[in-house]
Amino acid sequence: MEQTIKLQIDHHEVEVPKGTSILDAARGTGIHVPSLCYMNLQDMCISNLPASCRICVVEVEGRRNLAPACATRCEEGMKVRTTTARVMNAQRTVLELILSDHPTDCLVCPKSGNCDLQAMAVRLKIRDIPFKGERSNHVKESSPSIIRDMSKCIYCRRCEMMCNKVQTVGALTAVNRGFGATISPAFGQPLSESECTYCGQCVAVCPVGALTENDQSNRLLDDLANPAKTVIVQTAPAVRAALGEEFDLPAGTAVTGKMVAALREMGFDKVFDTDFAADLTIMEEGSELLDRLTRFLGGDKRVALPILTSCCPAWVNFFEHYFPDILDIPSSARSPQQMFGSIAKSWWARQAGVKREDLVVVSIMPCLAKKYECARDEFKVDGDPDVNYSLTTRELASLIKRYNIDFNALPDADFDNPMGESTGAGVIFGTSGGVMEAALRTAYELHTGKTLENVNFESVRGMKGIKKATVDLGGFELKIGIAHGLGNARTLLEEIREKRSEYHAIEIMACPGGCIGGGGQPLHHGDSARLKARSNALYAEDAGKKSRKSHENPYIIHLYEEFLGKPIGEKAHHLLHTSYFNKSKEIIEQ
Amino acid sequence: MTTITLSKCTIDSLIEICAKHGNQTGELINILHEAQGQLGYLPREVQEVIAKQLNIPVSRVYGVVTFYSFFTMTPKGKHPISVCMGTACYVRGSEKVLDEFKRRLNVNVGDVTPDGRFSLGSLRCVGACGLAPVALVGDKVYGRVTVADVDKILKEYDDKE
Repeated sequence: MEQTIKLQIDHHEVEVPKGTSILDAARGTGIHVPSLCYMNLQDMCISNLPASCRICVVEVEGRRNLAPACATRCEEGMKVRTTTARVMNAQRTVLELILSDHPTDCLVCPKSGNCDLQAMAVRLKIRDIPFKGERSNHVKESSPSIIRDMSKCIYCRRCEMMCNKVQTVGALTAVNRGFGATISPAFGQPLSESECTYCGQCVAVCPVGALTENDQSNRLLDDLANPAKTVIVQTAPAVRAALGEEFDLPAGTAVTGKMVAALREMGFDKVFDTDFAADLTIMEEGSELLDRLTRFLGGDKRVALPILTSCCPAWVNFFEHYFPDILDIPSSARSPQQMFGSIAKSWWARQAGVKREDLVVVSIMPCLAKKYECARDEFKVDGDPDVNYSLTTRELASLIKRYNIDFNALPDADFDNPMGESTGAGVIFGTSGGVMEAALRTAYELHTGKTLENVNFESVRGMKGIKKATVDLGGFELKIGIAHGLGNARTLLEEIREKRSEYHAIEIMACPGGCIGGGGQPLHHGDSARLKARSNALYAEDAGKKSRKSHENPYIIHLYEEFLGKPIGEKAHHLLHTSYFNKSKEIIEQ
Repeated sequence: MTTITLSKCTIDSLIEICAKHGNQTGELINILHEAQGQLGYLPREVQEVIAKQLNIPVSRVYGVVTFYSFFTMTPKGKHPISVCMGTACYVRGSEKVLDEFKRRLNVNVGDVTPDGRFSLGSLRCVGACGLAPVALVGDKVYGRVTVADVDKILKEYDDKE
């Protein structure tokens, strides 16, 4: 039996499990105590409790000072008041003090309308900032994925918690003290010179406009308006499961058809699907897995196992920085975004009669690292990127509004062919475990030559940080591991480095929950139920698909027959695979 | 790959300091204290080596170095000057003394003169409040310092190497 505690909050008798904070107890009973720095993603073991903003203060009978509700635990018989004059005045003063060192250019701030601080100023009805004093003045810094504007930081430390505790990247830290304090990479370096992986989880949790994406919307407006350009778009699986939230639809509403209709309305020449390229990825990555396994079972001890998925660009950055000694084990397959770009600018362009220099390939991604990925030199031909640029789900939503489109009234539309056709396996790429499940469906059939009757691999689904399973591959016991969040990935990687690992294949996604929780998705504002709903939406779309195995996609079969030849063959290798680089720091004796 | 270069003997002594403290993250402040004692300051390269030895991100080391005013990333001069800004010294005019040092040396607090001879810092209380205001040059303590004394003090170090 769990021990419970009885207390009184604003005349409500409340009973909560021992260890519950006053904030959680109050909210559980319908009293919405305000908070800014506090964040708790239930079931994902992600919480931020610095008690630094002091917006959530409450009065506790018998206690001299006000208590921060987020960091004060309930005690037996406690009497808590959340709306006394003292509490409300203190909250107002706290907010006024925060605002006294915050720019008031809300009208032109990228976070306007989606900012927790702005919402708090509205809620507490702040009409004046009485404290006039010095303002901190930090230089705005820009990277391919993330813009840092630290003059807007309110020191909630959520980004630092994400970067260090959850992702174990350690790029961001609190530096200096007092008025000069800020959150920064070491030595005030730009993000591009730090270990930053561009996973964007700092952006996903920043309550204000201090951390935002590097917005490419205006570039797209120009390209769409240019009659000399053929502009085509690909949309990642996770986008369709979250875009609706930006149009007030409940989390987990799949808006695939409306999204396609909106993109066509905006003027894209072709609306294609990254899911097509996800099916292609499975052909390559699955074949690579089977190739390594066959050689391994044939007695070749030099085969690099386990094979690691390589779809996630933040994950690629992570192992290039921190695990340069095992760069040979990840699959060499490019990510679906890059496979799409490579095929679009070679095979499709030729078919469509479009010259490479006139073709603009745009991607809509739930991700910030994708912006960086498409700028990597390996994915350029004579300086021209395979994917010209990448926009987030949030950027797409704002563009749909700018194009005067009534999103919710749109009829459903279908993707264009050939690169819009996908199987259910491609759809689930957007959630943790999905890439592995898609690979298993194909690997099983290619390896055994038999039909897989039940395509649902329940053991790889769900929000657990590290999932392990053994799958019967026609008599061979395939051991698989799945991690989401880079901290969990690190745990698995260290097992491999120390040779304690028995896995044959591992899937990694950098963001908690997988791409559905990506740094470019609609902000979850601390609500982890949203992530689960998005994941369920993808599994539902998969279940409704005619075909659910990548190797059955008719256009993929056609692509190999007509153009690529065999999976992991010479042409496929040239167009669909890549290599990795050591980005670690080396200390050299002088 | 980013490369960090540092002399072999510095790297060796840093490795030794870290090892002495069991390469424990919890010993970071003590390790930095000792490293600064030996090297005079904590440049980036030194922080990188310590981070590597303790297996922590260098950002964390940098965060600690910038948080405590005791730690410095700029080298000290041959004769480091510190003026006490503790309460007793402050009320007896140490700020004016500090300003005079700044003016005479043409440097700010935390900086070193271009010739590397003097660096200027401030500290809080050396436990000699009876002598307020107090200034230190190296280990030598000067008591009841006035603005007029500053020139005299600096002259003492003219012929010293």
